[in-house]
Amino acid sequence: MIVEETHDCRDAFAAELVRLARADSRIVAVCNDSVGSSKLAAFAQEFPDRLINVGIAEQDMVGIGAGLANAGLVPFVCGAATFLTARALEQIKADVAYSLANVKLCGMSPGLAYGALGPTHHSTEDLSWLRAIADLPVVVPADPAQTSAAIRWAAETTGPVFLRIGRFPVPDVSPPGGPAFAYGRAARLRDGEDATLVATGTMVSRALQAAALLAERGVEARVVNVSTISPLDREEIIAAARQTRAVVTAEEAVPTGGLGAAVAEVVLETRPVPMRLLGPRTFAPTGETAFLLEHFGLTAEGIARSTLDVLGLGHGDLGNTGLGTTGVEGGDLGGRGLEGGDLGTTGLGGGDHSGGDLGGAGHGGGLAGAGHDG
Amino acid sequence: MTLTQTAGGLLLPDHDAIGEWRRLRDRLAHADRAASAAALAALAGGIRRTVISTIHAAGLGHTGGDLSVTDILTTLYGAVLRIDPARPDWPERDRLILSKGHCSVALYTTLTTCGFFPADRLATFAAPLSPLNGHPSRKAVPGVETSSGPLGHGLPVGVGVAVGLRLRGSPARTVVVLGDGELQEGSNWEAAMTAAHRGLSSLTAVIDRNGLQQGARTGDTNDLEPLADKWRAFGWEVAEVDGHDHLALLDAVTAPRAEPRPRCVIARTVKGRGVSFMEDRVEWHHKVPDAEQTRMALEELR
Repeated sequence: MIVEETHDCRDAFAAELVRLARADSRIVAVCNDSVGSSKLAAFAQEFPDRLINVGIAEQDMVGIGAGLANAGLVPFVCGAATFLTARALEQIKADVAYSLANVKLCGMSPGLAYGALGPTHHSTEDLSWLRAIADLPVVVPADPAQTSAAIRWAAETTGPVFLRIGRFPVPDVSPPGGPAFAYGRAARLRDGEDATLVATGTMVSRALQAAALLAERGVEARVVNVSTISPLDREEIIAAARQTRAVVTAEEAVPTGGLGAAVAEVVLETRPVPMRLLGPRTFAPTGETAFLLEHFGLTAEGIARSTLDVLGLGHGDLGNTGLGTTGVEGGDLGGRGLEGGDLGTTGLGGGDHSGGDLGGAGHGGGLAGAGHDG
Repeated sequence: MTLTQTAGGLLLPDHDAIGEWRRLRDRLAHADRAASAAALAALAGGIRRTVISTIHAAGLGHTGGDLSVTDILTTLYGAVLRIDPARPDWPERDRLILSKGHCSVALYTTLTTCGFFPADRLATFAAPLSPLNGHPSRKAVPGVETSSGPLGHGLPVGVGVAVGLRLRGSPARTVVVLGDGELQEGSNWEAAMTAAHRGLSSLTAVIDRNGLQQGARTGDTNDLEPLADKWRAFGWEVAEVDGHDHLALLDAVTAPRAEPRPRCVIARTVKGRGVSFMEDRVEWHHKVPDAEQTRMALEELR
């Protein structure tokens, strides 16, 4: 069983922000009583005057970010993704995007990262909401290297941006050597001509694992990491639609409006091919993040199964895997049946992740760590 | 994308108007109070007339609020703000944020009196592709510090500006002009807490307290009183003045501060001020004067 080292991308974010702040006195951090959950403790220690903690007040926080930018500073506005985006959506639209304010919105612990804290704390709608706002780049790094590179890019670029900083532990996926992040460019991490797996954030490593599973069954899947959801790399998506027979998207967000919809729009407008859009489509039941990802089919096995399905291959050749053989749409494929199947021997199941940092925080009396500290 | 660039064209400084505005500022700096009051009254009268004509021509606008906020904007741009209309992005400028963005025509007109852009461009207000939208856009209009329109946005932005300027060591000041109705938005009170907590003595909020909102009196909708007590309780210094008395406004905004606190100036105003048939009438919130009403209004404002 392969056990990959995994990382909380917030650590890379925090370290990079401190590095940048040392070199550029315009960089400030703004947060909503989230010094701990936004990993800003080191920043606060080194730059106490440049950490503006507004308390539990997200509208105020985003407006203040726009004002700081007006005063010539470069604010990184940090909060749990769901509170930052849902509570302050109008400020994000009017004060930041429509005003072209040089504000870096950092949505921490997005998707299902808050696990058993429940749907009030899950940020699964943020990609849909923010992708609908003009002039607001939406960036989702997939690993620590991408996170650091995206933060650097944001600091060096004048203008608004939303950065989705993952908490659920992920392995490294960026190929060594090349630039980890190129704004507006999707990265083809594996080639293949049967189908394309388009993934973002936490789903990128799982898409790579799915491609390995598919290869064992003779299906060659291309894997594309979309780290800029908006503006989308249309050329890479068009290439996938032209050169492969099907496209499967996977994201830790509702596909209605998020990555799935973004990719589907391009595929539909250019070269329609069969698609499957994977992501939670209902409020999550109770459970830790790894369980919820399985529940929604957001595992290597789930992605592989949907790929076989969209290719019309069925699942018979998968043998006794526990994968469903009927139905393709969303929740009825809930992942519990996947556990212990043949595919589990590859070590790709959720078990490797189930004891992650959040699990510890979520069950160890540290529930307050969700967004608002203390 | 460059700020101030839109499909409808660029708004560039009007150097003749800037010269005239600078001469006014010089005169005011040396004038006695009676002469200052007269000069600001004349400026406000011109702005009101242009507001009426512009709204009538465009068939769109928030007439009542434009007329209630006119004297506040006149005082601030005419006698208070340290700005350079030829350099709207001058880093050390004082910032004015119009939170009640629906009163854009009063703001646009006032900006033309400073020379941020030529007054003849007001004729494009609300026309297709004009930079002069119904609500002010920072991207399109020089002198506009933040796009406004949705209510309750200006004060948090103003707090951010004041925090940022202090962090940079800049002496520049921040003034946020708010409507009274928009104080029903909770975001204002988040920002009010932050401003007091941080002792933002370079921040001033001026409230255009005309007592009316779109649909009814504020007191009959969601009462704001006791308004001064609320601001005091939030840790602000409060002054209450006649919002159509330029010198009273000037004194209230510029008085030295005893303590490092933000200041709230409650400017008691009359919605539709200056036009008898509009004054204190809720229907003139966004009613547009027809040709005859425009003629009568301009007559009264002469």
